[in-house]
Amino acid sequence: MNEKVMRNQRKWQTIIFATIIIVLTYLSSDITNFNIIHGIATLPNAFTWIVSNLFITQETLERLPKILEKLAETILMSIAATTTATVFSLFLGLMGSKTTGTSNLLGAFARFIASVARNIPVVAWALILLLSFGQNSVTGYLALFVGSLGFLTRAFIESIDEASQSAVEALRATGATYFQIVYKAVIPQCLPQMISWILFMIETNIRSATLVGILTGTGIGYSFDLYYKTLNYHAVALVTLSIVISVIMLELISNHIRKVIL
Amino acid sequence: MSLLKVEKLGKSYNADAKVLNDVSFEVEAGEFVSIIGPSGAGKSTLLRCINRMVEIDEGKVIFDGNDVGSLNKKELRKMRTNIGMIFQHYNLVPRLSVIENVLHGRFGYKTTVQGILGKFTEDEKEQAFYLLKKLGIEEHAYKRCDQLSGGQQQRVGIARSLIQEPKIVLCDEPIASLDPNASKVIMDYLKSITMELNITCIVNLHQVEIARSYSDRIIGLSKGGIVFDGPSYRLSTDSTDLIYGTKTVEKRQLVTV
Repeated sequence: MNEKVMRNQRKWQTIIFATIIIVLTYLSSDITNFNIIHGIATLPNAFTWIVSNLFITQETLERLPKILEKLAETILMSIAATTTATVFSLFLGLMGSKTTGTSNLLGAFARFIASVARNIPVVAWALILLLSFGQNSVTGYLALFVGSLGFLTRAFIESIDEASQSAVEALRATGATYFQIVYKAVIPQCLPQMISWILFMIETNIRSATLVGILTGTGIGYSFDLYYKTLNYHAVALVTLSIVISVIMLELISNHIRKVIL
Repeated sequence: MSLLKVEKLGKSYNADAKVLNDVSFEVEAGEFVSIIGPSGAGKSTLLRCINRMVEIDEGKVIFDGNDVGSLNKKELRKMRTNIGMIFQHYNLVPRLSVIENVLHGRFGYKTTVQGILGKFTEDEKEQAFYLLKKLGIEEHAYKRCDQLSGGQQQRVGIARSLIQEPKIVLCDEPIASLDPNASKVIMDYLKSITMELNITCIVNLHQVEIARSYSDRIIGLSKGGIVFDGPSYRLSTDSTDLIYGTKTVEKRQLVTV
Protein backbone atom coordinates (compact mmCIF):
# COMPACT_ATOMS: atom_id res chain seq x y z
CA MET A 1 0.00 0.00 0.00
CA ASN A 2 2.66 2.41 1.12
CA GLU A 3 4.93 1.47 -1.73
CA LYS A 4 2.13 1.96 -4.23
CA VAL A 5 1.38 5.45 -2.92
CA MET A 6 5.04 6.34 -3.10
CA ARG A 7 5.40 5.07 -6.64
CA ASN A 8 2.34 7.03 -7.68
CA GLN A 9 3.77 10.13 -6.09
CA ARG A 10 7.07 9.62 -7.89
CA LYS A 11 5.20 9.25 -11.20
CA TRP A 12 3.29 12.47 -10.69
CA GLN A 13 6.45 14.31 -9.74
CA THR A 14 8.10 13.21 -12.97
CA ILE A 15 5.10 14.24 -15.08
CA ILE A 16 4.83 17.65 -13.44
CA PHE A 17 8.56 18.25 -13.75
CA ALA A 18 8.59 17.34 -17.45
CA THR A 19 5.57 19.56 -18.15
CA ILE A 20 7.21 22.52 -16.45
CA ILE A 21 10.36 22.12 -18.54
CA ILE A 22 8.40 21.85 -21.80
CA VAL A 23 6.27 24.90 -20.98
CA LEU A 24 9.30 26.95 -19.96
CA THR A 25 11.17 26.05 -23.14
CA TYR A 26 8.20 26.90 -25.31
CA LEU A 27 7.55 30.18 -23.52
CA SER A 28 11.13 31.38 -23.69
CA SER A 29 11.51 30.55 -27.38
CA ASP A 30 8.18 32.24 -28.05
CA ILE A 31 9.13 35.40 -26.17
CA THR A 32 12.54 35.70 -27.84
CA ASN A 33 11.17 34.77 -31.29
CA PHE A 34 13.63 31.92 -31.51
CA ASN A 35 12.55 28.94 -33.52
CA ILE A 36 14.26 25.82 -32.23
CA ILE A 37 13.44 23.73 -35.30
CA HIS A 38 14.72 26.43 -37.60
CA GLY A 39 17.90 26.63 -35.53
CA ILE A 40 18.53 22.93 -35.81
CA ALA A 41 17.76 23.01 -39.53
CA THR A 42 20.50 25.56 -40.19
CA LEU A 43 23.13 23.43 -38.43
CA PRO A 44 24.22 21.56 -41.60
CA ASN A 45 24.60 24.86 -43.45
CA ALA A 46 26.70 26.33 -40.67
CA PHE A 47 28.84 23.23 -40.64
CA THR A 48 29.41 23.40 -44.40
CA TRP A 49 30.44 27.05 -44.05
CA ILE A 50 32.97 26.16 -41.36
CA VAL A 51 34.48 23.38 -43.44
CA SER A 52 34.66 25.46 -46.63
CA ASN A 53 36.08 28.60 -45.02
CA LEU A 54 37.95 27.70 -41.84
CA PHE A 55 40.86 25.73 -43.21
CA ILE A 56 44.52 26.53 -43.20
CA THR A 57 46.29 27.26 -46.46
CA GLN A 58 49.99 27.35 -47.30
CA GLU A 59 49.85 31.10 -47.49
CA THR A 60 48.48 31.60 -43.98
CA LEU A 61 51.27 29.49 -42.54
CA GLU A 62 53.56 32.41 -43.28
CA ARG A 63 51.74 34.30 -40.59
CA LEU A 64 52.48 31.56 -38.06
CA PRO A 65 55.55 33.17 -36.39
CA LYS A 66 53.59 36.34 -35.76
CA ILE A 67 50.63 34.40 -34.38
CA LEU A 68 52.90 32.32 -32.15
CA GLU A 69 54.48 35.48 -30.81
CA LYS A 70 51.06 36.84 -29.89
CA LEU A 71 50.11 33.48 -28.41
CA ALA A 72 53.21 33.47 -26.20
CA GLU A 73 52.36 36.98 -25.06
CA THR A 74 48.87 35.81 -24.08
CA ILE A 75 50.10 32.73 -22.25
CA LEU A 76 52.73 34.69 -20.33
CA MET A 77 50.20 37.33 -19.40
CA SER A 78 47.82 34.66 -18.09
CA ILE A 79 50.57 33.10 -16.02
CA ALA A 80 51.66 36.47 -14.64
CA ALA A 81 48.08 37.37 -13.73
CA THR A 82 47.60 34.02 -12.02
CA THR A 83 50.83 34.05 -10.02
CA THR A 84 50.42 37.58 -8.75
CA ALA A 85 46.78 36.88 -7.90
CA THR A 86 47.94 33.75 -6.03
CA VAL A 87 50.07 35.81 -3.65
CA PHE A 88 47.20 38.10 -2.73
CA SER A 89 44.67 35.26 -2.62
CA LEU A 90 46.82 33.35 -0.17
CA PHE A 91 46.59 36.17 2.36
CA LEU A 92 42.90 36.73 1.68
CA GLY A 93 42.32 32.98 1.95
CA LEU A 94 44.05 32.81 5.32
CA MET A 95 42.01 35.79 6.48
CA GLY A 96 38.73 34.38 5.22
CA SER A 97 39.10 30.81 6.44
CA LYS A 98 37.37 29.83 9.67
CA THR A 99 40.34 27.83 10.94
CA THR A 100 43.04 30.44 10.33
CA GLY A 101 41.03 33.67 10.36
CA THR A 102 42.02 36.02 13.16
CA SER A 103 38.99 38.29 13.25
CA ASN A 104 35.46 38.25 11.93
CA LEU A 105 35.89 41.67 10.38
CA LEU A 106 38.93 40.69 8.30
CA GLY A 107 37.21 37.45 7.34
CA ALA A 108 34.14 39.28 6.11
CA PHE A 109 36.39 41.70 4.22
CA ALA A 110 38.22 38.85 2.47
CA ARG A 111 35.01 37.10 1.51
CA PHE A 112 33.50 40.37 0.28
CA ILE A 113 36.50 41.06 -1.99
CA ALA A 114 36.36 37.50 -3.26
CA SER A 115 32.67 37.60 -4.09
CA VAL A 116 32.81 41.01 -5.79
CA ALA A 117 35.79 39.94 -7.89
CA ARG A 118 34.27 36.59 -8.75
CA ASN A 119 30.66 37.52 -9.42
CA ILE A 120 31.51 40.11 -12.06
CA PRO A 121 32.60 38.21 -15.19
CA VAL A 122 36.13 38.73 -16.49
CA VAL A 123 34.77 40.28 -19.69
CA ALA A 124 32.82 42.84 -17.67
CA TRP A 125 35.96 43.62 -15.68
CA ALA A 126 37.85 44.15 -18.92
CA LEU A 127 35.19 46.59 -20.15
CA ILE A 128 35.15 48.46 -16.82
CA LEU A 129 38.93 48.70 -16.68
CA LEU A 130 39.10 49.77 -20.35
CA LEU A 131 37.59 53.09 -19.34
CA SER A 132 40.39 53.94 -16.95
CA PHE A 133 43.40 52.16 -18.44
CA GLY A 134 42.66 52.28 -22.17
CA GLN A 135 43.36 49.64 -24.80
CA ASN A 136 46.60 48.03 -23.67
CA SER A 137 47.95 44.90 -22.06
CA VAL A 138 47.75 46.38 -18.55
CA THR A 139 43.97 46.36 -18.84
CA GLY A 140 43.95 42.72 -19.93
CA TYR A 141 46.34 41.78 -17.17
CA LEU A 142 44.26 43.56 -14.53
CA ALA A 143 41.01 42.00 -15.72
CA LEU A 144 42.51 38.51 -15.48
CA PHE A 145 44.12 39.39 -12.15
CA VAL A 146 40.84 40.48 -10.58
CA GLY A 147 38.99 37.41 -11.86
CA SER A 148 41.71 35.07 -10.61
CA LEU A 149 41.87 36.84 -7.26
CA GLY A 150 38.18 36.20 -6.64
CA PHE A 151 38.24 32.60 -7.72
CA LEU A 152 41.49 31.63 -6.01
CA THR A 153 40.54 33.29 -2.72
CA ARG A 154 37.33 31.32 -2.68
CA ALA A 155 39.15 28.07 -3.54
CA PHE A 156 41.88 28.67 -0.96
CA ILE A 157 39.35 29.36 1.81
CA GLU A 158 37.68 26.02 1.08
CA SER A 159 41.00 24.13 0.87
CA ILE A 160 42.27 25.56 4.13
CA ASP A 161 39.04 24.87 5.99
CA GLU A 162 38.85 21.35 4.67
CA ALA A 163 42.42 20.20 5.04
CA SER A 164 43.91 21.64 8.15
CA GLN A 165 41.38 22.11 10.93
CA SER A 166 42.60 19.29 13.17
CA ALA A 167 46.32 20.01 12.83
CA VAL A 168 45.71 23.70 13.53
CA GLU A 169 43.93 22.77 16.75
CA ALA A 170 46.81 20.53 17.81
CA LEU A 171 49.47 23.14 17.15
CA ARG A 172 47.46 25.82 18.89
CA ALA A 173 47.38 23.54 21.93
CA THR A 174 51.20 23.27 21.94
CA GLY A 175 51.54 27.05 22.20
CA ALA A 176 52.68 27.62 18.61
CA THR A 177 52.38 31.14 17.18
CA TYR A 178 50.00 32.01 14.36
CA PHE A 179 52.63 32.12 11.61
CA GLN A 180 54.27 28.92 12.80
CA ILE A 181 50.91 27.22 12.46
CA VAL A 182 50.31 28.69 9.00
CA TYR A 183 53.75 27.78 7.63
CA LYS A 184 54.15 24.39 9.24
CA ALA A 185 50.65 22.95 9.31
CA VAL A 186 48.29 24.82 6.98
CA ILE A 187 50.51 25.36 3.95
CA PRO A 188 52.14 21.90 3.84
CA GLN A 189 48.72 20.31 4.15
CA CYS A 190 46.95 22.46 1.54
CA LEU A 191 49.79 22.82 -0.97
CA PRO A 192 48.76 20.08 -3.43
CA GLN A 193 45.21 21.36 -3.58
CA MET A 194 46.38 24.94 -3.95
CA ILE A 195 48.76 24.07 -6.79
CA SER A 196 45.96 22.18 -8.45
CA TRP A 197 43.73 25.25 -8.28
CA ILE A 198 46.52 27.50 -9.57
CA LEU A 199 47.06 25.25 -12.59
CA PHE A 200 43.34 25.22 -13.26
CA MET A 201 43.34 29.01 -13.04
CA ILE A 202 46.16 29.29 -15.59
CA GLU A 203 44.21 27.14 -18.04
CA THR A 204 41.05 29.15 -17.51
CA ASN A 205 42.95 32.40 -17.87
CA ILE A 206 44.42 31.43 -21.23
CA ARG A 207 40.91 30.80 -22.50
CA SER A 208 39.59 34.07 -21.07
CA ALA A 209 42.69 35.95 -22.23
CA THR A 210 41.63 35.35 -25.82
CA LEU A 211 38.27 36.96 -25.17
CA VAL A 212 39.73 39.76 -23.09
CA GLY A 213 42.33 40.34 -25.83
CA ILE A 214 39.57 40.99 -28.37
CA LEU A 215 38.28 43.78 -26.12
CA THR A 216 41.59 45.28 -25.07
CA GLY A 217 43.36 44.83 -28.40
CA THR A 218 46.21 42.73 -27.09
CA GLY A 219 47.62 39.25 -27.53
CA ILE A 220 46.11 36.45 -29.53
CA GLY A 221 42.61 37.86 -29.10
CA TYR A 222 43.65 40.90 -31.09
CA SER A 223 45.01 38.75 -33.92
CA PHE A 224 41.79 36.79 -33.97
CA ASP A 225 39.71 39.95 -34.08
CA LEU A 226 41.90 41.52 -36.78
CA TYR A 227 41.80 38.54 -39.15
CA TYR A 228 38.12 38.01 -38.49
CA LYS A 229 37.22 41.58 -39.34
CA THR A 230 39.40 41.56 -42.49
CA LEU A 231 37.56 38.39 -43.57
CA ASN A 232 40.80 36.42 -43.56
CA TYR A 233 39.12 33.21 -42.44
CA HIS A 234 42.11 30.96 -43.14
CA ALA A 235 44.18 32.97 -40.65
CA VAL A 236 41.27 32.83 -38.18
CA ALA A 237 41.36 29.05 -38.49
CA LEU A 238 45.09 29.03 -37.79
CA VAL A 239 44.67 31.26 -34.73
CA THR A 240 41.85 29.09 -33.38
CA LEU A 241 43.86 25.93 -33.94
CA SER A 242 46.90 27.35 -32.17
CA ILE A 243 44.78 28.35 -29.17
CA VAL A 244 43.17 24.94 -29.01
CA ILE A 245 46.51 23.15 -29.22
CA SER A 246 48.13 25.31 -26.55
CA VAL A 247 45.19 24.89 -24.17
CA ILE A 248 45.20 21.12 -24.65
CA MET A 249 48.96 21.00 -24.10
CA LEU A 250 48.68 23.05 -20.92
CA GLU A 251 45.92 20.80 -19.68
CA LEU A 252 48.05 17.73 -20.27
CA ILE A 253 51.00 19.29 -18.48
CA SER A 254 48.93 20.36 -15.49
CA ASN A 255 47.24 16.97 -15.28
CA HIS A 256 50.65 15.39 -15.15
CA ILE A 257 51.84 17.78 -12.44
CA ARG A 258 48.70 17.08 -10.44
CA LYS A 259 49.29 13.34 -10.66
CA VAL A 260 52.84 13.76 -9.38
CA ILE A 261 52.09 16.02 -6.43
CA LEU A 262 48.87 14.49 -5.12
CA MET B 1 49.16 23.10 46.44
CA SER B 2 47.55 21.06 43.73
CA LEU B 3 48.71 21.30 40.11
CA LEU B 4 45.27 21.89 38.65
CA LYS B 5 42.26 23.35 40.33
CA VAL B 6 38.89 23.72 38.60
CA GLU B 7 36.44 25.92 40.47
CA LYS B 8 32.73 26.11 39.67
CA LEU B 9 33.46 25.92 35.96
CA GLY B 10 30.53 26.72 33.68
CA LYS B 11 30.37 26.79 29.88
CA SER B 12 27.59 27.21 27.35
CA TYR B 13 27.83 27.44 23.57
CA ASN B 14 24.36 28.92 23.22
CA ALA B 15 21.89 30.59 25.55
CA ASP B 16 19.55 27.71 26.35
CA ALA B 17 21.87 24.75 26.93
CA LYS B 18 24.71 24.62 29.42
CA VAL B 19 27.45 22.17 28.49
CA LEU B 20 29.22 22.42 31.84
CA ASN B 21 27.62 23.48 35.08
CA ASP B 22 29.36 24.10 38.40
CA VAL B 23 32.22 21.66 37.85
CA SER B 24 34.86 21.65 40.61
CA PHE B 25 37.78 19.30 41.23
CA GLU B 26 41.48 19.31 41.98
CA VAL B 27 44.23 17.22 40.46
CA GLU B 28 47.55 16.59 42.20
CA ALA B 29 50.85 16.32 40.35
CA GLY B 30 51.48 12.80 39.05
CA GLU B 31 47.85 11.65 39.19
CA PHE B 32 46.31 9.59 36.39
CA VAL B 33 42.67 10.66 36.14
CA SER B 34 40.00 9.35 33.80
CA ILE B 35 36.92 11.32 32.94
CA ILE B 36 34.06 9.08 31.87
CA GLY B 37 30.58 9.87 30.74
CA PRO B 38 28.17 9.48 27.81
CA SER B 39 28.60 11.41 24.55
CA GLY B 40 27.58 15.02 24.98
CA ALA B 41 28.25 15.04 28.73
CA GLY B 42 30.83 17.80 28.25
CA LYS B 43 34.04 15.75 28.57
CA SER B 44 35.79 17.33 25.58
CA THR B 45 34.67 20.82 26.56
CA LEU B 46 35.95 20.31 30.09
CA LEU B 47 39.35 19.23 28.79
CA ARG B 48 39.54 22.17 26.38
CA CYS B 49 38.69 24.64 29.14
CA ILE B 50 41.83 23.56 30.99
CA ASN B 51 44.15 24.82 28.23
CA ARG B 52 41.59 27.38 27.08
CA MET B 53 41.07 25.98 23.60
CA VAL B 54 37.50 27.07 24.38
CA GLU B 55 36.86 30.19 26.41
CA ILE B 56 35.80 29.81 30.02
CA ASP B 57 32.38 31.35 30.73
CA GLU B 58 32.01 30.96 34.49
CA GLY B 59 34.27 29.93 37.32
CA LYS B 60 38.00 29.51 37.33
CA VAL B 61 40.68 27.13 36.17
CA ILE B 62 43.94 27.46 38.11
CA PHE B 63 46.85 25.61 36.54
CA ASP B 64 50.25 25.67 38.22
CA GLY B 65 49.33 28.84 40.12
CA ASN B 66 48.02 30.73 37.05
CA ASP B 67 44.43 31.72 36.52
CA VAL B 68 43.97 30.32 33.01
CA GLY B 69 40.98 32.50 32.17
CA SER B 70 42.76 35.79 32.81
CA LEU B 71 46.01 35.15 30.92
CA ASN B 72 46.83 37.36 27.97
CA LYS B 73 47.81 35.90 24.60
CA LYS B 74 51.52 35.63 25.32
CA GLU B 75 51.06 34.19 28.80
CA LEU B 76 48.51 31.71 27.47
CA ARG B 77 51.00 30.54 24.85
CA LYS B 78 53.63 30.08 27.51
CA MET B 79 51.23 28.15 29.71
CA ARG B 80 50.20 25.88 26.84
CA THR B 81 53.80 24.71 26.41
CA ASN B 82 53.34 23.05 29.82
CA ILE B 83 50.19 21.23 28.70
CA GLY B 84 50.37 18.41 26.19
CA MET B 85 47.26 17.39 24.28
CA ILE B 86 46.38 14.14 22.55
CA PHE B 87 43.38 13.85 20.26
CA GLN B 88 40.97 11.19 19.07
CA HIS B 89 41.90 11.75 15.43
CA TYR B 90 45.61 12.26 16.23
CA ASN B 91 45.52 15.73 14.60
CA LEU B 92 48.87 15.34 12.88
CA VAL B 93 49.85 16.99 9.61
CA PRO B 94 49.44 13.87 7.42
CA ARG B 95 51.67 15.02 4.57
CA LEU B 96 54.69 15.69 6.80
CA SER B 97 57.09 13.12 8.18
CA VAL B 98 56.82 11.60 11.64
CA ILE B 99 59.87 13.42 12.95
CA GLU B 100 58.60 16.77 11.67
CA ASN B 101 55.31 16.21 13.42
CA VAL B 102 57.04 15.31 16.67
CA LEU B 103 59.18 18.45 16.52
CA HIS B 104 56.03 20.55 16.08
CA GLY B 105 55.67 20.09 19.83
CA ARG B 106 58.63 22.42 20.36
CA PHE B 107 57.08 25.44 18.61
CA GLY B 108 55.85 26.89 21.89
CA TYR B 109 59.45 27.38 23.00
CA LYS B 110 60.54 29.08 19.78
CA THR B 111 60.22 32.48 18.19
CA THR B 112 58.04 32.72 15.11
CA VAL B 113 61.05 32.94 12.77
CA GLN B 114 62.83 29.97 14.33
CA GLY B 115 59.64 27.96 13.97
CA ILE B 116 59.05 28.91 10.34
CA LEU B 117 62.65 28.12 9.36
CA GLY B 118 62.49 24.86 11.29
CA LYS B 119 65.54 25.62 13.44
CA PHE B 120 65.72 22.88 16.04
CA THR B 121 68.71 22.25 18.29
CA GLU B 122 70.57 18.93 18.30
CA ASP B 123 69.23 18.26 21.78
CA GLU B 124 65.67 18.64 20.58
CA LYS B 125 66.25 16.28 17.65
CA GLU B 126 67.89 13.72 19.91
CA GLN B 127 65.01 14.00 22.34
CA ALA B 128 62.56 13.45 19.46
CA PHE B 129 64.36 10.27 18.41
CA TYR B 130 64.60 9.15 22.02
CA LEU B 131 60.82 9.47 22.40
CA LEU B 132 60.14 7.70 19.10
CA LYS B 133 62.39 4.86 20.23
CA LYS B 134 60.61 4.69 23.56
CA LEU B 135 57.29 4.45 21.74
CA GLY B 136 58.63 1.81 19.37
CA ILE B 137 58.22 3.74 16.11
CA GLU B 138 61.80 4.87 15.57
CA GLU B 139 62.08 3.09 12.21
CA HIS B 140 59.17 5.13 10.84
CA ALA B 141 60.76 8.50 11.69
CA TYR B 142 61.15 9.59 8.06
CA LYS B 143 57.89 8.15 6.77
CA ARG B 144 54.95 10.36 6.01
CA CYS B 145 52.34 10.21 8.77
CA ASP B 146 49.54 9.17 6.41
CA GLN B 147 51.39 5.91 5.72
CA LEU B 148 51.13 4.85 9.37
CA SER B 149 48.37 2.85 11.04
CA GLY B 150 46.03 4.52 13.53
CA GLY B 151 47.86 3.18 16.54
CA GLN B 152 51.22 4.33 15.19
CA GLN B 153 49.81 7.79 14.40
CA GLN B 154 48.52 8.09 17.95
CA ARG B 155 52.01 7.23 19.22
CA VAL B 156 53.35 10.10 17.09
CA GLY B 157 50.73 12.26 18.80
CA ILE B 158 51.98 11.11 22.20
CA ALA B 159 55.59 11.85 21.22
CA ARG B 160 54.56 15.33 20.04
CA SER B 161 52.96 16.07 23.40
CA LEU B 162 55.83 14.63 25.44
CA ILE B 163 58.54 16.62 23.64
CA GLN B 164 56.87 19.72 25.06
CA GLU B 165 58.13 18.54 28.47
CA PRO B 166 54.65 19.10 29.83
CA LYS B 167 53.51 19.03 33.44
CA ILE B 168 50.17 17.62 32.40
CA VAL B 169 48.87 15.72 29.38
CA LEU B 170 45.24 16.05 28.34
CA CYS B 171 43.96 13.12 26.26
CA ASP B 172 40.68 13.60 24.43
CA GLU B 173 39.41 10.07 23.76
CA PRO B 174 42.83 8.82 22.66
CA ILE B 175 41.62 5.30 21.83
CA ALA B 176 38.11 5.96 20.51
CA SER B 177 39.05 5.25 16.88
CA LEU B 178 41.44 2.37 17.53
CA ASP B 179 40.91 -1.38 17.67
CA PRO B 180 41.17 -3.12 21.09
CA ASN B 181 44.73 -4.25 20.49
CA ALA B 182 46.05 -0.83 19.51
CA SER B 183 44.00 0.70 22.33
CA LYS B 184 45.79 -1.44 24.86
CA VAL B 185 49.20 -0.50 23.43
CA ILE B 186 48.37 3.21 23.58
CA MET B 187 46.99 3.05 27.13
CA ASP B 188 50.02 1.04 28.30
CA TYR B 189 52.40 3.62 26.84
CA LEU B 190 50.41 6.50 28.32
CA LYS B 191 50.38 4.92 31.74
CA SER B 192 54.03 3.83 31.84
CA ILE B 193 55.54 7.00 30.37
CA THR B 194 53.51 9.45 32.44
CA MET B 195 54.40 7.44 35.56
CA GLU B 196 58.08 7.34 34.65
CA LEU B 197 58.31 11.06 33.91
CA ASN B 198 55.90 11.96 36.72
CA ILE B 199 53.51 13.74 34.36
CA THR B 200 49.92 14.27 35.38
CA CYS B 201 47.47 12.74 32.92
CA ILE B 202 43.78 13.43 32.37
CA VAL B 203 42.09 11.07 29.92
CA ASN B 204 38.60 11.28 28.49
CA LEU B 205 37.30 7.78 27.97
CA HIS B 206 34.22 5.96 26.79
CA GLN B 207 35.16 2.56 28.16
CA VAL B 208 34.49 2.20 31.90
CA GLU B 209 36.56 -0.96 32.18
CA ILE B 210 39.67 0.65 30.72
CA ALA B 211 39.23 3.66 32.98
CA ARG B 212 38.96 1.38 35.99
CA SER B 213 42.06 -0.65 35.18
CA TYR B 214 44.42 2.20 34.23
CA SER B 215 43.56 5.20 36.34
CA ASP B 216 44.11 6.12 39.97
CA ARG B 217 41.00 8.16 40.04
CA ILE B 218 37.80 8.48 38.01
CA ILE B 219 35.58 11.49 37.49
CA GLY B 220 32.11 10.69 36.20
CA LEU B 221 30.46 13.41 34.15
CA SER B 222 26.80 13.49 33.23
CA LYS B 223 24.86 16.35 31.63
CA GLY B 224 27.65 18.81 32.40
CA GLY B 225 27.99 18.02 36.09
CA ILE B 226 30.21 15.76 38.18
CA VAL B 227 28.26 12.76 39.52
CA PHE B 228 31.21 10.67 40.68
CA ASP B 229 34.69 11.58 41.86
CA GLY B 230 36.85 9.08 43.65
CA PRO B 231 39.46 6.34 43.44
CA SER B 232 38.86 3.85 40.63
CA TYR B 233 38.11 0.90 42.94
CA ARG B 234 35.21 2.82 44.49
CA LEU B 235 33.40 3.06 41.16
CA SER B 236 30.49 0.66 41.58
CA THR B 237 27.78 -0.42 39.19
CA ASP B 238 25.42 2.02 40.86
CA SER B 239 27.71 4.92 40.05
CA THR B 240 28.05 3.89 36.42
CA ASP B 241 24.25 3.73 36.27
CA LEU B 242 24.21 7.27 37.57
CA ILE B 243 26.81 8.41 35.03
CA TYR B 244 25.28 6.77 32.00
CA GLY B 245 21.67 7.00 33.18
CA THR B 246 21.14 3.30 32.54
CA LYS B 247 19.50 0.65 34.63
CA THR B 248 21.23 -2.69 34.85
CA VAL B 249 18.44 -4.16 36.97
CA GLU B 250 16.61 -5.66 34.01
CA LYS B 251 19.77 -7.30 32.80
CA ARG B 252 20.29 -8.94 36.19
CA GLN B 253 16.77 -10.30 36.15
CA LEU B 254 17.41 -11.85 32.78
CA VAL B 255 20.49 -13.57 34.08
CA THR B 256 18.72 -15.01 37.12
CA VAL B 257 15.89 -16.40 35.00
